[in-house]
Amino acid sequence: MITTDICVIGAGPVGLFSVFEAGLLKMRCHLVDVLPVIGGQLSEIYPKKPIYDIPGYPEIKAEDLVENLRQQILPFKPTFTLGERVETLIKSDNGDFVLVTSDHTEIKAKVVVIAGGLGCFEPRKPELALLEYFEGKGVDYIVKDPEKFRSKKLVIAGGGDSALDWAIHLTEIAEQVTLVHRNESFRGAPDSTEKVFHLAKTGRLNLLLNSNLHALEGNGVLKSVDIISKQGVVSKIEADYMVPLFGLSPKLGPIGEWGLNIDKSAIEVNTLDYSTNVSGIYAIGDINTYPGKLKLILCGFHEAALMAQSAFKHVHPNQKLSFKYTTVNGVNTF
Amino acid sequence: MIIFDVVDRSGNVRTVEVPEEINLNLMEVLKASEYPILATCGGMALCATCQVEVAQGIENLPSPTDVELDMLDQLPKATSQSRLACQIKIHENLNGAVFNLGAE
Repeated sequence: MITTDICVIGAGPVGLFSVFEAGLLKMRCHLVDVLPVIGGQLSEIYPKKPIYDIPGYPEIKAEDLVENLRQQILPFKPTFTLGERVETLIKSDNGDFVLVTSDHTEIKAKVVVIAGGLGCFEPRKPELALLEYFEGKGVDYIVKDPEKFRSKKLVIAGGGDSALDWAIHLTEIAEQVTLVHRNESFRGAPDSTEKVFHLAKTGRLNLLLNSNLHALEGNGVLKSVDIISKQGVVSKIEADYMVPLFGLSPKLGPIGEWGLNIDKSAIEVNTLDYSTNVSGIYAIGDINTYPGKLKLILCGFHEAALMAQSAFKHVHPNQKLSFKYTTVNGVNTF
Repeated sequence: MIIFDVVDRSGNVRTVEVPEEINLNLMEVLKASEYPILATCGGMALCATCQVEVAQGIENLPSPTDVELDMLDQLPKATSQSRLACQIKIHENLNGAVFNLGAE
């Protein structure tokens, strides 16, 4: 088990900067992020985009800000668990928190700081009766192991790159692949599109354009998928598996089940110290909400500073906190 | 003033008036008008929680950019009338338009 003072969930800019603010107060941090790299949205979504509202930087590329933050917090020796999602959070009798990730990593901490940004990106689900019933019984949202589909009948829905790529790849493995797409053309990579039309022409792929998923049928496990055309004609496709690939959408994920007060997918906090309704759990950055909330990196930095002052009382209950400027004392590392 | 109608998820129609020089996008105006739009990504065309159906006046709107089309293309229920409100700038071309709020 990893033991730390503060477990920070989310390694975006605000999560990273909280290591600095905590470090000044002699608190160690362990960061967990579902992404395999640090930086959150800045690394994943817009690494090359310039940001113009970071104080002191007239303009800075997102990826450069992440690198600067990484260097700024190095003296405080943060530790990381990347590529794993925190699934459960339990408060033990002595007040410590125990967090367990998707890969069963256990982290014990005196304080939890949720800097989860937009939340976790989860597969977008189509609106379809019995969809949830068939999850794990024929309905999959990601292709983890293509071999699962060997010699099976499979319906893939979607028109993006991943739908095209998997449709192409799985024709080699599955007995039958049907690709269902709402439009009559694809916006994916031109060579993938060309391949899909070629596979359809040569009979190796059942391509249903201008069509939508309509209904699922089966008895315990998926047996068939009804597809409806734009003209309203329903056709039944035998299927052992259906894989809807409609991209990812940011969701709060397991955070929503930890007893925190939530308003419209954001965690309610007290602006005194950005604490949540659970003592010892704080929420900072884009994931929190309060009257006047602005989703800005610079606001998240401010929230991190106030959070650290308050978290100190949980980590060092018997010590008195004296506030010192870095200009006076420098950055004293552990 | 720029005047258009918004149909909420229960079917109620409301006329929304916005000053010409407001420099906001439709998602921001809908949120400010207290419609329950999550807009999780804050306007980066990433989450599609501000998806709307343009029931009238789509021909007057500028065409969606590649970023918006890529997102719309992924949505299971999107139609040729679907747009992301965060990508629609408030402009006189919205006069007389009718927007149905999306499901999410």
